Amino acid sequence: MIDLEVPRKFRPLVEQARGMAEEVFRPISRKYDLAEHEYPRELDLISAVIDGLSSSGAGQGAGASSSTRATDPEGEGEVAAVGSGRHHPAGSKVRNGSNLSSVLSILETCRGDVGLTLSIPRQGLGNAAIAAVANDEQKQRYAGQWAAMAITEPETGSDSGAIRTTAVRDGDEYVLNGEKIYVTAGERAELVVVWATLDRSLGKQAIKSFVVRRDNPGLRLVRLEHKLGIRASDTAAFVLDDCRVPAEDLLGDPEIRIEGGFGGAMQTFDNTRPLVAAMALGLTRASLDLTTELLAKAGVTVDWDRPAHVQSHAAARLLQMEADYEAAHALTLRAAWMADNGRPNSMEASMAKAKAGRTCVDVSLACVELAGATGYAERELLEKWARDSKILDIFEGTQQIQLLVVARRLLGMTSAQLK
Amino acid sequence: MATTPTLADRGQRLGLRLISKAAGLPVMADPKVRGRVERILGRSTHAGFRAQVAVGRAFKQVKGSGSAKRPSPVSRRGVFDLTPTEDQQMLQEATRELADEVIRPAGSRADTERAVPAEVREALQEMGLVLVGVPEELGGIAEERSAVAGVLVLEQLARGDMGIAVAQMGTAAVATALALYGDADQQATYLPHFAGDEPVAAAALALQEPQPLFDPFALTTTAVPQGDSLVLNGTKALVANADSAEVLVVSAMVEGEARLVVVEAATEGVTVEDDPAMGVRAAHTGRVVLTDVIVPRANLLGTTDDHRDAVRRGRLAWAAAAVGTGQAVLDQVTEYVKERKAFGEPIGQRQAVAFMVADIAIELDGLRLAVLKAAARLDADADPAQVAQVVGEVRALTATHAARIGSHAVQLLGGHGFVKEFDNERWYRDLRGAGVLEGTLLV
Repeated sequence: MIDLEVPRKFRPLVEQARGMAEEVFRPISRKYDLAEHEYPRELDLISAVIDGLSSSGAGQGAGASSSTRATDPEGEGEVAAVGSGRHHPAGSKVRNGSNLSSVLSILETCRGDVGLTLSIPRQGLGNAAIAAVANDEQKQRYAGQWAAMAITEPETGSDSGAIRTTAVRDGDEYVLNGEKIYVTAGERAELVVVWATLDRSLGKQAIKSFVVRRDNPGLRLVRLEHKLGIRASDTAAFVLDDCRVPAEDLLGDPEIRIEGGFGGAMQTFDNTRPLVAAMALGLTRASLDLTTELLAKAGVTVDWDRPAHVQSHAAARLLQMEADYEAAHALTLRAAWMADNGRPNSMEASMAKAKAGRTCVDVSLACVELAGATGYAERELLEKWARDSKILDIFEGTQQIQLLVVARRLLGMTSAQLK
Repeated sequence: MATTPTLADRGQRLGLRLISKAAGLPVMADPKVRGRVERILGRSTHAGFRAQVAVGRAFKQVKGSGSAKRPSPVSRRGVFDLTPTEDQQMLQEATRELADEVIRPAGSRADTERAVPAEVREALQEMGLVLVGVPEELGGIAEERSAVAGVLVLEQLARGDMGIAVAQMGTAAVATALALYGDADQQATYLPHFAGDEPVAAAALALQEPQPLFDPFALTTTAVPQGDSLVLNGTKALVANADSAEVLVVSAMVEGEARLVVVEAATEGVTVEDDPAMGVRAAHTGRVVLTDVIVPRANLLGTTDDHRDAVRRGRLAWAAAAVGTGQAVLDQVTEYVKERKAFGEPIGQRQAVAFMVADIAIELDGLRLAVLKAAARLDADADPAQVAQVVGEVRALTATHAARIGSHAVQLLGGHGFVKEFDNERWYRDLRGAGVLEGTLLV
């Protein structure tokens, strides 16, 4: 039965996440925007609350770590399917699971603050990667630890298939060498999931993800970035210098399979893209809610029934922005719902991230415009959100990469055909 | 303000020029000749611009038993789900087939001839889609509220062709309105005429008016109470099947509030003139001019809130039609950009082209999901404020993105998109209408 509302059973979770956003994140949002690289100690307290939620099962996952990858009944992503964690084979009973609950709770916490959400201990994107591709034994071993994600290199951004960091098998270990940048929560996390290639000549299929302990002497933090936005979240650069990793810390399948897609590592994105779309939705919601409030004080409210063209320009723009938010919201929930129900969702995940990413940039910038000096000054958070938003249309695949993924799927073209 | 004269204006000016020329002739000094000429000129103007007095059957007033029957609200399970019910899937499949086999092949001809070919009309009538929004106890096919079923059907029909979909489902809109808002007498009087051996040729839900910046809540059409009657005056624009509609539901200001009124086409003072438009031409749009039309006060249909509800349901129905036509665009351009070669390779291998296709798919799915969300809220009898917001959003998405999808549909084919050999130029015209027009359709 068609129903696109927030599921009844997740409403308490949404309420809790909203409460956290309003009571914890918002009051310290500006503080850590100004104090870049300072660790938000307030988060230690609430991470205990989140862990409590997760373990009680009531929350069905309050953060990134709980999403699980979609199974692929057609075997298209067979490599990733090995040890891919919880399976939700397509069945007659429709379920609302941890992918959907993660999307809903992240939306709420990001309505509070995106940078702080990214800094919640043990809820990193690396945790989502582990949830997506680790086998059960590995999941157990890494449980309760905070994992960051290291993909990007100085010379390799969107073309993550071309990474240069190498992993060479040496007895019971792999030896990693290379350079990683833009590692979100890299300084604070306990584990870093590092993408490295077993054989550069074999291309994307040879890329595997390795879990590297932060205290591994071969993993050296070289720098923390100074950024446009999400300053509460630390962004680290690492050098891997003969970094030795136990063989059992290679996530998923150690074999290089020439057939099949990008393999395990890449499948992570099917999970993480809806989460980043949810972050964008949260930020968009924050900008729209505050702008709606400010404009109401200025005497402008939206009438949903009367045509936009007979309302004030500001009201008409609010209406259009809410419309695009609605579309992005529905696309994101769909992508998560598909994952929960065992349907391949690569294209839909990219659609969600493309729409949510561009909507959040457009909306946050427009809200600064509508609020004028109040929007542009640091007294309100609108200007901060307009800075934070830009990364959401970049990380976990830029707008352009999402469009490529969507177009290739639609047109049935390979990456060699549609470059 | 200077405006470009319309064809009708030019015609009237030509008439005036002829009159003044004729008036200068010596023979016109004769009052008998003059009177005859004036009558002829007068008649031709009338025939030209007020093409016909509307025709239709006389509806015998029937007393309904008990209270009005309403489709009951759907009870929700509280689970996020995008799967239609089995009944909805059956309806969807049946209309999908109809769209592929009957409607799509007839789209171009129906557009040119501004009429739905007889065999298509028969096929559609056989399916009984006119009664998709009418409960079983009133002779319809709906078991409960059916906005979701309605949008799924409209999407499929308009994937075949929006003009044909509007021509057929315009009549359904009136049946649905009677089911949703009619009292027992109104339901008993009119609904039997939508089924049976001699169904009405057409019926029309006429909300649109010609003025720019049209607002369906600030109408120029008025219905003034006089004793037990209402006296209607005003002009309704782009009314689907205006010349064949036997019963109309029009909107008018009644004591300062926008309301719905049932007007039988055969009522004195109802005239129809042709009003062809950019698109949805198969629906043979016309203007309905109401001049001192007197109807019983009992013809008021529903309340002020019901009128508001009808405006929302109309917008949602147009959005559903836009989703269908948008899907036709996506399906076609997906194949075209793989086959069409330029610079030695398929044009779809260029990002500038591929990204346009991706954008069509993204915005189309966003609109489709928002439409379903709104329809599900209507069926569940959700808080009207929640319905209003999501329908307002759906309307904005339709006005913006559906028109852009139509534009992309032509652009991707270049010159081929601009000529009538392909469907694309028709889609372009139809998709512009979906976010502009009010009423006409209803889910």
